[in-house]
Amino acid sequence: MELLLDSLFNGVAIGSVLLVAALGLAIVFGLMGVINLAHGELMMLGAYTTYVTQLIFKLPILKPFYNSYIIVSIFLAFIVSGVVGILLEKTIIRKLYGSPLETLLATWGVSLILQQFVRSVPLAYGTGLVISLLIGLFLPTTFSSKIKESINFKYFKFSSWVFAALTGVMTGSLISSSVSKLSRASARNVDVTAPSWMRGQVEIIGTAFPKTRLMIIVITLISVIAITLFLNQSAWGMRIRAVTQNRQMSDCLGISTEKVDIITFGIGSGLAGVAGVAVSLLGSVGPNVGGNYIVGCFMVVVLGGVGNLLGTVLASFGIGIMTDLIGAGRLLSIWPDMPLPLSNTINFFATTSMARVMIFALIVIFLQFKPTGLFPQKGRMVEN
Amino acid sequence: MSFSKIKFDKKIVLSFWIILIALIIAAPTLLPVFRLNLLGRYLSLSIVALGVDLIWGYTGLLSLGQGIFFALGGYCAAMYLQITSSSEFPNNIPEFFALYGVEKLPFFWEPFRSPVFTFFAIWIIPALVAGLIGFLVFRNRIKGVYFSILTQASLLVFFNFFNGQQKLINGTNGLKTDVTELFGQMVGSESMQRLFFWVTAILVIASWFFAKWVVKGRFGNILIGIRDDEPRVRFTGYNPVIFKTIIFSIAGGLAGISGALYTVQSGIVSPQFMTVPFSIEMVIWVAVGGRGTLLGAILGAVFINYAKSLVSEALPASWMFIQGGLFILVVTALPEGVLGWMQGDGPRNLLQRFGLKRKIETYPSLEVNNKEGNNE
Repeated sequence: MELLLDSLFNGVAIGSVLLVAALGLAIVFGLMGVINLAHGELMMLGAYTTYVTQLIFKLPILKPFYNSYIIVSIFLAFIVSGVVGILLEKTIIRKLYGSPLETLLATWGVSLILQQFVRSVPLAYGTGLVISLLIGLFLPTTFSSKIKESINFKYFKFSSWVFAALTGVMTGSLISSSVSKLSRASARNVDVTAPSWMRGQVEIIGTAFPKTRLMIIVITLISVIAITLFLNQSAWGMRIRAVTQNRQMSDCLGISTEKVDIITFGIGSGLAGVAGVAVSLLGSVGPNVGGNYIVGCFMVVVLGGVGNLLGTVLASFGIGIMTDLIGAGRLLSIWPDMPLPLSNTINFFATTSMARVMIFALIVIFLQFKPTGLFPQKGRMVEN
Repeated sequence: MSFSKIKFDKKIVLSFWIILIALIIAAPTLLPVFRLNLLGRYLSLSIVALGVDLIWGYTGLLSLGQGIFFALGGYCAAMYLQITSSSEFPNNIPEFFALYGVEKLPFFWEPFRSPVFTFFAIWIIPALVAGLIGFLVFRNRIKGVYFSILTQASLLVFFNFFNGQQKLINGTNGLKTDVTELFGQMVGSESMQRLFFWVTAILVIASWFFAKWVVKGRFGNILIGIRDDEPRVRFTGYNPVIFKTIIFSIAGGLAGISGALYTVQSGIVSPQFMTVPFSIEMVIWVAVGGRGTLLGAILGAVFINYAKSLVSEALPASWMFIQGGLFILVVTALPEGVLGWMQGDGPRNLLQRFGLKRKIETYPSLEVNNKEGNNE
């Protein structure tokens, strides 16, 4: 019993990282048919945001609030990755609408650039750049409609970008002068240390669980609930669901699909950032950290089916629990006296990498029976 | 996408071939061995690019897992070389086995003692694996982005498998070939490298002709039909699954040949051939060269790799930026690649923009449609 509980917990922990990472990918894929290969790099940006926030909270002014930095960084990571995602949508993905394979290649290009960016640009100035992007993209939307409709709006827009660039440079140099660790570019991995209240273990029903993992499960839970509420209760959520089901019809009925695309992509990317916070708690953060998770996320999306959150949830926990069962060889300890050939096979697959091999084989077998995933979209599918 | 071909004069074609063959014969004597070796490697990569062009440019299947078949071909060649030059090691098995305490050769190494088996294994094993993966995926009408993701996932699976099995195939260290012997000579020696260059050059030309033959005629038309409108091909009475499986295994076989040639020229085969970035790079060679043009795939592979080595020597950090930019640029601004752009209306449009050529009055799109049907 205890063993089973342990295994279940580990599986849920692995699955919840996958879930929060795959959630954004699944929403975007369901809506736009776009697979974002830069999703892993958006996660990486979230992880780096955690690191930067941690260092900033070590400054004397913010030192008293140090323990809460992880909560703050969740929101910051959401904003940072979301802004980068919105920029990506506005500049590249919008142009490639309707050609998913081309989008795949272009986003891979973006992921290469982002990886090299964190290697060769000091994090302080990277932060500055994100801040100026944030201001430049969002300041014009806060103007009153009177200004927006005037002929001189482009000058307002231009001046807001100038203001944004100046603010960015100022914050960049401010951070780089006050936090020396951020002032130099480095390709080395960095470590995020969890605040003291998150270290150690909690005992539940006689089993000890590490607190960081519990925190990750909590983050995932909150993200899933928030997204479900947003999609099902808010007006924009309803529009997103409408566009997911039938883009042309929604367009005809007056929903601005352009805005829906931006919002969805922003939220999807922001969720990648939140996943990055979770990932930074598990291990060290480097430019390649996203690549380790991205294929798992794709598998979740393929397995879960398009446009259904429940499918994504079940698929990620399924993959997580299976990874733990196979990878740690737990089947053997649950059922010790199984026949020899079977136990030999299980031993052969009882490493993390071999577990991946096994799980992929299982997914391919599963797709032979249900090619469109756990929960396919209902209705007659018109091909292409 | 229109693939209108410029009609070349026969004399120009002939002289092009003479120059090409003269260059291939002269290259080993003109170039220093280091550069020759690099050129040979890039030429062998152009064979895998041809395969990518066949499945992506002509059939519309974007595979992100060609590295599997590339590495399988490489492993087949390396296993043969290792096992035939292992007579002085303990137990008559390759040296690395001793490190892990393996005394008996794993069973799947045995057939690789035979050169004939290896000769066929290099292209048949990758083709069979590709055919199996392809059939299982295509059978369920999984296509588009799903297909790309599944190929990428299977790439990762193969990577994990080869990376983890030290006792079977030396795991992450890979198999070295440059100190093994072939025909009584060291594979890494200068004369052997010259030989490999010639073999590569001949095989590139041979596989180019093979690919031309594949895409010519009805078979090629069906492939293009699948790319442009698969449901219509199915409703016309063809079974796209068979055609897609065949072309995917052809591409796999080409990748295997390419991997074997690359392995003997780079001196090692390792799971690094199966990393995700390498397989996506293959797609960008074809995209830049011009997808749907076979020559574009070859030129793209050679030139991009050459540019990569030059840039990496001069400014190591900037290559990632350049490569990332290339991906974005070629997809947004130059979707038909350089060769496709040159064969299409690109140069004329460019000249028109600078006022060097008179604008044509008619609607070029209509003309193209009338001539050869709408390929879009």
